[in-house]
Amino acid sequence: MAELAAQGKSPEVLFWVGCAGSFDDRAKKITKAFVQLLIKADISFAVLGPEESCTGDPAKRAGNEFLFQMQAMTNIEVLNGYGINTIVTTCPHCFNTLKNEYPDLGGTYDVMHHTQFLKQLLDTGKLKVSGGSFKGKRITFHDPCYLGRANNEYEAPRAVLAKLESELIEMKSCKEKGLCCGAGGAQMFKDAEPGNKEINIERTEQALETKPDIIAAGCPFCNTMMRDGIKNKEQEGNIAVLDVAELLNQAQDL
Amino acid sequence: MSAVLPNIAFAVIFFGLVGLFVRNIRRIIRNIKLGTAVSRSDQPKKRWLHMAKIALGQSKMVRKPISGLLHVVVYIGFVVINIELLEIVVDGFLGTHRIFALYLGAAYNVLIFTFEVFALLVLVSVFFFWTRRNVVRIKRFWKSEMSGWPKLDADIILYAEVVLMGLFLTMNAADFWLQTNDAVYPTVGSYPISQFLLPIFDGMETSQVIAIERTAWWLHITGILLFLNYLYYSKHLHILLAFPNTYFAKLTPQGKLPNMASVTDEVKLMLDPNADPYANPNGDNPPNTFGAADVTDLNWVQLMNAYSCTECGRCTAVCPANLTGKKLSPRKIMMDTRDRLTEVGQSINKGVAINDNVLHENYVTREELWACTSCNACVEACPIAIDPLSIIMDMRRYLVMEQSAAPTELNNMMTNVENNGAPWPFNQQDRIAWREEINT
Repeated sequence: MAELAAQGKSPEVLFWVGCAGSFDDRAKKITKAFVQLLIKADISFAVLGPEESCTGDPAKRAGNEFLFQMQAMTNIEVLNGYGINTIVTTCPHCFNTLKNEYPDLGGTYDVMHHTQFLKQLLDTGKLKVSGGSFKGKRITFHDPCYLGRANNEYEAPRAVLAKLESELIEMKSCKEKGLCCGAGGAQMFKDAEPGNKEINIERTEQALETKPDIIAAGCPFCNTMMRDGIKNKEQEGNIAVLDVAELLNQAQDL
Repeated sequence: MSAVLPNIAFAVIFFGLVGLFVRNIRRIIRNIKLGTAVSRSDQPKKRWLHMAKIALGQSKMVRKPISGLLHVVVYIGFVVINIELLEIVVDGFLGTHRIFALYLGAAYNVLIFTFEVFALLVLVSVFFFWTRRNVVRIKRFWKSEMSGWPKLDADIILYAEVVLMGLFLTMNAADFWLQTNDAVYPTVGSYPISQFLLPIFDGMETSQVIAIERTAWWLHITGILLFLNYLYYSKHLHILLAFPNTYFAKLTPQGKLPNMASVTDEVKLMLDPNADPYANPNGDNPPNTFGAADVTDLNWVQLMNAYSCTECGRCTAVCPANLTGKKLSPRKIMMDTRDRLTEVGQSINKGVAINDNVLHENYVTREELWACTSCNACVEACPIAIDPLSIIMDMRRYLVMEQSAAPTELNNMMTNVENNGAPWPFNQQDRIAWREEINT
């Protein structure tokens, strides 16, 4: 973004990569897939790179409002400094925080989750799905809490998946009733409290009931959780856990 | 003189019991007002609509079709039969008998017919409710927080409804008998259900049937007034509070956690290089506790939520933590909040000092609070828009900001965020390392 600004240019959209998308090896693949899609669709976009910092979501959910607001205000200063209007992000947690919690602190942007953005690109014809590399594949979509219940978006990721000509099978609890993967509310960064099962195992079992070839996710943390679940069930050879962006990007490769 | 005695007796019972109820309701309002301020009067149109849809229209209730349908029947029955209550009260004061019949003509028959049908439907629904609770033993009714009083409370309510409907039908049956035999009462009303009870009175004297009719009439109205007072002591206040509860519900996206304005000023000061280091951002009014240690730190809507909860457990049944055997139960959070608020309220009633208990230590444990994934499943599931998550988050805020009592791993995560802008210990400069790996 700094380079673009130095040239006096401003991008159509800012891609907020998020911590997972920047540092987690698995999530980086989602970042790269999404960037490739943006390039294919000829979208002028930028990332903040080293100027991006945690949105503060895990701190806020852990109860540390001070740290959250410090992060938020620093980020808002950067975003407003560059005159950013539109943000797209591959992380529903960043999406929720940027969209709903930044306005109160002076940061108001048009924020989209990448599945919403990809749906737009498909709808306007900027991206086209050619061929049916996923034809006949059974895909089940795991709703991220922070996209679904938190922000009422259930259709965009499904609309993108529908373009793949695959067979979309719903789990018994989906959409409003979707079961959490277990990572939200800062749980990603700590061990679970004592219980009789891990939440991601419970959710993986629900996913396995649909006998899927692919579990589609829309959140880097859900992705990790579901992948761990699949490993635990020793199904990693049979079932892939892929982000909606990765699926679309693979379909584009044909 | 003796002719007006029943009227006087009625007035005494009526005003006595309604008065007691009013006193208790005012106590509840007083307790709710112990909560902190929160503005929920914006967008009145949207709020009325929200209430109409969720409370009046039961839109969330029917997401579970079986219990939803049964509940709708009991709910409509309750509302409809309350019209009959109006007649009973007027009759009680004036010493008249079925006074509405005089004015409504044929419509009165339709009315009584409807009441009777609903009375039966309510009985059937209550039977199913009881069966689901006690025979089928649906899991959410048997969670640990439901043992003891909450379980008994739920059953008492069902039994009370059976007794009240039974008295209503008995009263009608006796009335109908007296209309046809000896014409003690004028022939009014239509009795599609209670007519089947007529054989009870076979071989009885007219005076005995009159006694039964009067007794049923008196027990029915007294029972309703007692039930009204029972609400205060039970989980059943939702029949009233569901309406304000949905009206004042949070209308912003469920994912939005409210901003703490009290923190904002301090953070601004910290980030401002030109700030006066000795400035006191809050003037002479230091902020209240950060987060919630006790019920008085919660806002009034959260406290109203607690009184509104009818312990159906739909929240707990979908809670990922509870489903996997953790201690957290969103329903218990609401029950604990109400129990603690009741405890505080009782001290105020008695004019004694409030004890040192606090919600987060003596009722809700840290283990429960840290098990939450903030997934909003409980909020989404609540048929009357209660928000248990907001209470959990407020207590987490207290633990972290007042007591620095976060789990170690979370402290590590927060240190990372502070030091390098990510929850993991990576260098912020490497945020764009993925660019080198991309092939376009």
